[in-house]
Parts: sequence; structure tokens; C-alpha cells
Amino acid sequence: MDSKNSKAPLLEVKNLRIEFPTRRGTLVAVDDISLHISPGEVLGVVGESGAGKSLTGMSIIGLLEPPGRIAHGQIFLDGRRIDNLPYDTMRKIRGKEIGAIFQDPLTSLNPLFKVSDQLIETIRTHLELTETQARTRAIDLLKEVGIPSAEERIDHYPHQFSGGMRQRVVIALALCAEPRLIIADEPTTALDVSIQAQIIEMLKRLCRDHQTAVMLITHDMGVIAETADRVAVMYAGRIAEIGSASDVVLHANHPYTHGLMGSIPTVGHDVDKLVQIDGSMPRLTEIPPGCSFNLRCPKSFERCDSQRPDLIPVQASHVACWLFDNDRQEVAAGA
Amino acid sequence: MGSGVGMNKIFSRTIEGSKRALDSDIFFSFTRSPTVMAAAIVTITFIAASMMAPWIAPHQVFDVKTIDLMDAFTPPAWLPDGMAKFPLGTDDQGRDVLSTILFGSRVSLLVAFAGITLSMIIGVGLGLVSGYVGGRVDAFIMRIADIQLAFPTILIALLINGLARGFLPRRLHDEVAIYVLILAIALARWVQFARTVRSSTMVEKNKEYVKAARVIGRHPAAIMFQHVLPNVTGPVLVIATISLALAVIIEASLSFLGVGVPATQPSLGTLIRIGNNYLLSGEWWMTIFPSSALITLVLSINLLGDWLRDALNPKLR
Amino acid sequence: MIAFFIRRCIQVVIVMLTVGLIAFSLFTYVGDPVSNMVGVDTTTEERLAIYEKLGLNDPFYVQYWHYLGRVVRGQFGTSFRLGVSVTELFRERLPATLELSAVAALFALLFGIPLGVYTGLHREGWASRLILTLSLIGISLPTFLIGILMIFLFGVILGWLPSFGRGDVVQLGFWSTGFLTISGLKSLIMPSVTLGMFQMTLILRLVRSEMLEVLRTDYIKFARARGLSNRAVNFSHALKNTLVPVITITGLQLGGIIAFAIITETVFQWPGMGLLFVQAVSFVDIPVMSAYLMLVAFFFVLINLIVDMLYYLVDPRLRLERGAAGGHG
Repeated sequence: MDSKNSKAPLLEVKNLRIEFPTRRGTLVAVDDISLHISPGEVLGVVGESGAGKSLTGMSIIGLLEPPGRIAHGQIFLDGRRIDNLPYDTMRKIRGKEIGAIFQDPLTSLNPLFKVSDQLIETIRTHLELTETQARTRAIDLLKEVGIPSAEERIDHYPHQFSGGMRQRVVIALALCAEPRLIIADEPTTALDVSIQAQIIEMLKRLCRDHQTAVMLITHDMGVIAETADRVAVMYAGRIAEIGSASDVVLHANHPYTHGLMGSIPTVGHDVDKLVQIDGSMPRLTEIPPGCSFNLRCPKSFERCDSQRPDLIPVQASHVACWLFDNDRQEVAAGA
Repeated sequence: MGSGVGMNKIFSRTIEGSKRALDSDIFFSFTRSPTVMAAAIVTITFIAASMMAPWIAPHQVFDVKTIDLMDAFTPPAWLPDGMAKFPLGTDDQGRDVLSTILFGSRVSLLVAFAGITLSMIIGVGLGLVSGYVGGRVDAFIMRIADIQLAFPTILIALLINGLARGFLPRRLHDEVAIYVLILAIALARWVQFARTVRSSTMVEKNKEYVKAARVIGRHPAAIMFQHVLPNVTGPVLVIATISLALAVIIEASLSFLGVGVPATQPSLGTLIRIGNNYLLSGEWWMTIFPSSALITLVLSINLLGDWLRDALNPKLR
Repeated sequence: MIAFFIRRCIQVVIVMLTVGLIAFSLFTYVGDPVSNMVGVDTTTEERLAIYEKLGLNDPFYVQYWHYLGRVVRGQFGTSFRLGVSVTELFRERLPATLELSAVAALFALLFGIPLGVYTGLHREGWASRLILTLSLIGISLPTFLIGILMIFLFGVILGWLPSFGRGDVVQLGFWSTGFLTISGLKSLIMPSVTLGMFQMTLILRLVRSEMLEVLRTDYIKFARARGLSNRAVNFSHALKNTLVPVITITGLQLGGIIAFAIITETVFQWPGMGLLFVQAVSFVDIPVMSAYLMLVAFFFVLINLIVDMLYYLVDPRLRLERGAAGGHG
């Protein structure tokens, strides 16, 4: 796995496997995925609901909820292993080095505490500042995320902000202690379409300004195309394709990715039919042998039924598809 | 499509629903928990034994002819002065404690069951009406429910009792006491049933198929009930079980206070009241054994109810 | 805020009037008050005269008006059973019930809340399971049984505590208190634990389940994601969010203590309002019954009001929805 960057990766995930022991047997939710994020880079993780994206994000920040557990694999932050740390050590990393944003800004904020309290508390947990200093910093943060009249609004309660404003507050909270990586789990899904673009734009700008890397988890291809430097496409707990954003979006290799990209209507682009993928993603208990996509794939052949494909390098990307074995290059049929 | 077919459908859907509910998930957690299994066994044994009391009790304690005052205050069989034919001793009138417990449990359980059944009928009925009709009727019913919830059951039960006594001439008091008690219990618990059924009904009412049915001309109420009732079986069952335990407690408490079942048909509560008079003078068995029976019964039912609630709660699965 | 308060006060008045109506109807129409007051051999003319004198022939609303007037002046009539003015009886017995209820409520809160929090935080530990099992037993025990068993253990077998009565009381003005004597305090222990036990287990289970719900929320997850310490997450955020809804329900529960005292007072022969009420029901002593009803309704409504105000103060969402500027965009 080599990238054009010569910098060492900020985050490295190697062969991560997340399991859920149930009484019917063990469910494998994330099966042997590996990825890395470089400092300041935006990695988009895209896929349908249930593909394992959120679980991956949660396990990176150490908030995987039991009975889910990391059964195999390692996670490295700056070369230091973090998946096996005790709770308290990991806690110090959370917020300070790795932050997280969740989908619903309304439920992400404690309704009984003023925004100022929540901000100042977080700031003072990680930085040695007095109350006044922390408050100044909090107000600055609010200004940065675009909250008007920050000096007054800071003393308001979450329910007094609209949806978009709330998500800005959430982002401010996540950036309080200047983390180097933010796991953004569907940050715009719960917002109005008109606000989504603003928030994404702001997130992009902030992360550039603060040199923060982002793992942007979403099922919205449009957001990914706009924002990500690199993209990982997940399917049924595995990575189908991973590469630079332009490569994956414009020159999709994996049939699944191809289907995903083709299903987006684009303005100014005339098509007869939108690409549709038959069937739906298999449930965790019903993943077929071989390639997990083979039952829906228009291009599958016998090898796909029995052998699970590894990530095969295809130009600058990696694709988990037997079509590309032995350097066979398949040009994606135009959509 | 007559109501006959409709009822059939409701019935089979309810059974299907119950079957699904009882499938592996729930039975699994049932068999995994020895306490709950024990509780179930105890409850069933209790119910069975007390229902069959007239036939299996060693003494027919409520047949005046079989009691001998000379036997009064006999201690349990394993103590000196005890007699084998009265394994748990006798009370102040010479009645065998074991038998009185069996008969008493019977009364307690019958009253409790009757009360809860009535409660279910009232509650489910009002809940359906409230949820379906909505508007002012709904608001009115819910207001009453709120007010009633605020008042402690004992108070309501006592009031009803008092009212009944006030309205009826004294000689009828005893005969009517049991019905008054059942009514009091029913009124104490209907709100829980009503609320659950109401919210289910409201959810169903807004679903597409109801509007579709109206378009076709089919009475939406019939369809709704077909769908609401199966959905509601689970929670209603949980509420019923927990309410049963409470009903037993209410009945026992009222009988203990002397305003429950009449003296001619003593329940466990009455027995404890009688026994209490002699607690301080040393004849402890008259109180302790009926008390233990009551505790065991209520505890078992509560354990079952708790387990049932956790097992049927989709959020916790 | 003031508007809210005034609105609630008006509601209080309405409720009290309604209850008053019920109590009054009880008073006038249930049974025949005159028969209950006089002997069997009173002549019909004498009865009619009494009817007239008591104003029982006046139209309904007139009687109701007079009744309200009397109630406001604190006159509730005369007990059928004891022949003493009801107000006098209440004055004698109210302190006993109030002291008992207060101590019981305190017991329920002081044990219920911390234990609930503990079992919520340490869901799987053996201590939690033990506490939960005991709480299940606590709910399964009818109050009178708890009382009886306690008397049996601590009174009969161990002889540590008195089995009935209030012990020695000190008279402070019209209030007789048991707090100032050793025997008074000792007598308070068993009844208040008995009375408070049911409430305590309820509070415990309530706090626990609320705590578990709160710990599953997104904002707690986000708090952890921000690296807040366990102490901050559990005792600052989670606790506050748990206690707010608990306050209302608990307040209402505790309002019920006064009525639950009925059973406890019977078991311990505690000379309070509850015992009085039970005796009144047995005897169909209407004046006492209806006065008791009014009193309980009053307490209940008062507590309701206090709880509502408290909730208003504590939950910002209720407060600020009325009139504060909302957010935009």
C-alpha cells in the first residue's frame, strides 16, 4: 500500500476485524480491513448502511460498544499502537488527538447544559487554562465555525440553536483541543440539504487551517466527491476499492463502485437510465462465500463464487476484485 | 365479511404473534435463568394448589362442623405440644394453618385475577376508544387517567369501600364486599393498560392501510383492531403479570385493614390480620406462615413479570 | 415564569373546588347523616327538625356554598363516631402523620437515589445484582407485612425497638413532636422505614433505569469522544440528566406517602390521620372521610405545584421556550 505522500501516515489500520458474539454464533461485522490516513488528509469512507463504516470509526476512537469487540488487527496513531490501550490512557487521546462528530446534532449536545459550559469543560479537560481563558478560546472557536453574536450565543442552550448551527457547535466542540484526526460519522445526513454544503465547506476549511485529518464516513457520494482526498468504498464489512478521490469517482474499477457512481444523477450529463444494482447488501449472517458482492455483480465468474479477493493494485488504487488479477485491466463501461 | 371472519383473523394473528414472541429468543432467555424458571414453577404450583384447595386441603377449615375450639393455638408439628395432624399449627379458632393458607390463597388469587381481568377489559377498551377516536374524548379519558394515577391505590380502594358501605344497608355489606374489592382493584390498574393500548392504536391509526381501507369502504376500526391487538399482546401481558402481583398486595392490604374480604371467606391478608393479634404473645406461626406464603407468591409473580418485560422489550434485545 | 405560576395556582383552585364538590356530595348524600347522629327512638318530627336545623333541606348549591364557607373557616363538621369536631381530631393527629411521612420520605430519597445511581453505573457487578434482587423483594412485600416482620424481629425477638405507638412526645404549641425524646425517635424508626421502603425501592429502580437510558444517549457518547473524565461524564452529565425527570415522578410518589401512611399507622398503632381514616371507613364516619379527602387532595395538589415549579426551574427547555429568541440558520 503506497501513497504519493512521503510523510508517514498519521493513522494506520491493519487487518482490523470486528466481531459480535451472539448466542447464534459470532457475527463478523468488519472483516480484515486495512487503511491509512496521512496528516491533514481527508479520507472518505463510503458505503451503504450496515457496511461497517461507523464501527470502524468507533473502534479507532476506542468507543466500540460491547458486545462488539476488536477480534484481530492493529490500529496505530503516529506509529503508536492504540487499539489495546486501557480505558484511561485512551481517554486522554480522545478529544486531544482524535476527535469525533456524530450524525444528529440535536442528540449530540446535552440539553441541560449551556453551550459555554460544554465548551469550557472540554477545553479545560485537555488544556491548562483558567476559566476566563477557556471562555475566550470558546468564543473564538464559535466565531471560527460561523456562529453569529458568539459572545451572547455562547450562553444559550442547545435547543435554542437551529440544526445547522448546532452542528457547527458540535464541530467547535470536537476541535476544542486541536486533535490531529477527526472521525466524522455522517455529519451532514441529519441536516437540510441547503445547509449540508455550508457545513461541509466549513469542515473542509477548518481542517485545512488546523491541519486536521478527517475520516469522513458517509453514504452520500456527492459529499465525498466534493471533499475527500482519498476514498475507501466499503461493502459488507470489507473494502471494495480504495484510492484517490478522482480515481475512484471518475474511473471506478470495482463493479460495486461503478454501480454506486453510476447511480448518481448529474446535472448536464445526459443519460438514458441511472445504473441500478440489483438486490441489496447481504445481512451479516448471510454473506456469501467468495467475494461478498458476487451475487449482485453483473460481471462475476466462477472464481468469484469461491475465492475471496484480496486488494489488488490497479494503477494508483487498490481493488478487491478478481477481474483485475494478473494485471488484467478492465475499462469501466461508460455510464 | 362478517365479524366472524374478522374475529378469526384477530385470533389467529394474535396466536401467531404470541408464537413468534415465544420463539427461540424468549424461551432461550427463559431456560437460561434458573431463578425465573423457579419463579414460574412456584407460581404455577401455588395457583394449582390453591385452586384445588377444597379437594386437597387436609382439613375443611371453613366448615364449622369440623373445627374444635379445643385445638386452638396448637404450635407447628415439630415443636413440643405440636400435633402431626396440624403440620403448621392452628389459629385462635382451632383451624389448621396449612389448610387456611390453601383456602386463603385461593380467595386472594381469585379476587386478584378477577380484578385484573376487569382492569384489562376496562383499560384495553378505553385505550382503544381513546386512541382511535382521539380529540376531546381522548383528552377527557387521559385527564381522568392522570388524576387517578396520582392517587394512591389504597386510598381509592378505601374510598370505594367507604362509598359502598355508605350506600348499602349494613346487612348487604358482607355479600357485596368481594365485588367492591374486585372493582377497587380493577379501577386501580386500568390506566396502565389503557395507556399502552392507546399509543399502539394511535400508531396504527396513522398507517397507510387504514386510509386505504377507508377508501375501499371497509370499516377501518375492524382492521385496526385486527392489527393493534396482536401488537399489544406482549406489553399487555407484562402489565397484567405485574398488576397481578400488585392486585394480590392490594387485596391483602385491604383485608388486613379489615375492609377487604368478609370474615367468612378469609384471604391471606385476613389471616395475617388475625395472626397479628397474637404475634406479641408468642403464637408466631399464625402470622409467619401466611406471611411467607404471601411473600413467596408475590415475589414469584414479580420475578416472572420482570423477566417477561425484559424479554419482550425490543430495545434491550 | 410568573404567568406559569399564576396559571398553576388557578388550576389548584379548580381542582380543590372539584374535590370539594365530591367531598361535599359524599358528606350530604351518602347514607343518612341524621340517622347516624341520633338514637333509634328519635321521633320523626325531631328528625325533621334536625334536618331543618342542619340546613339539609336547602337546595344543593346553597348547601355547597355553605359547605365551602365552613371549609374555608376550617370547620369540617363533627365526627359521627367520636362526636368531636373533625378539625380538633385533625389537629391532634396531623403532626404524627406529617413527622412520620417526612422521615419516611427522607429515608426513601437518601437511600433510593444513591443506590439507584450505583446500580446504574455498575450494571454488571455482584453488588448491583444483590441490590436489585433485594429491591425486587422490597417491591414484593406489602407494606403491612414489612411492618409486621420488623415488629417481629426488632420488637419481639430482639426487643430493641418499641412495637407500637409514638413514644413520648413533646408539645410545642399545637404541634406534638416525637423528635425531641429518645423514645420518640426510637418509635419513629420502624414505622418510617416501613413506610419509606416501598418508595425507596421504586425510586431506586426508577433512577437506575433512567441512568441506563441516559448512559446510552448520543450526548454521553459525544462527551466520551471529547475525552471527558469518567467522573465528569457520570456525575456531571449523566447524573444531572437522570435526576431531572426523576424529580417529577419522585415528587408525585412522595405525595402519596401521606396516604400510604394509612397502612403503616394501622400496623404500628401510630396515632395519626391514617388510622383515623381507616376507622372512619369501617364506621362510615362521613365527616371524617370527606375532610380527609379534602386534606389529601390539598397536599397532593400542593406537592404537584411545587414539583412543577421545580421542574420548570431545572429544565432549561421549558423555561426558555417561552419568549427567548430562537436560533436562525
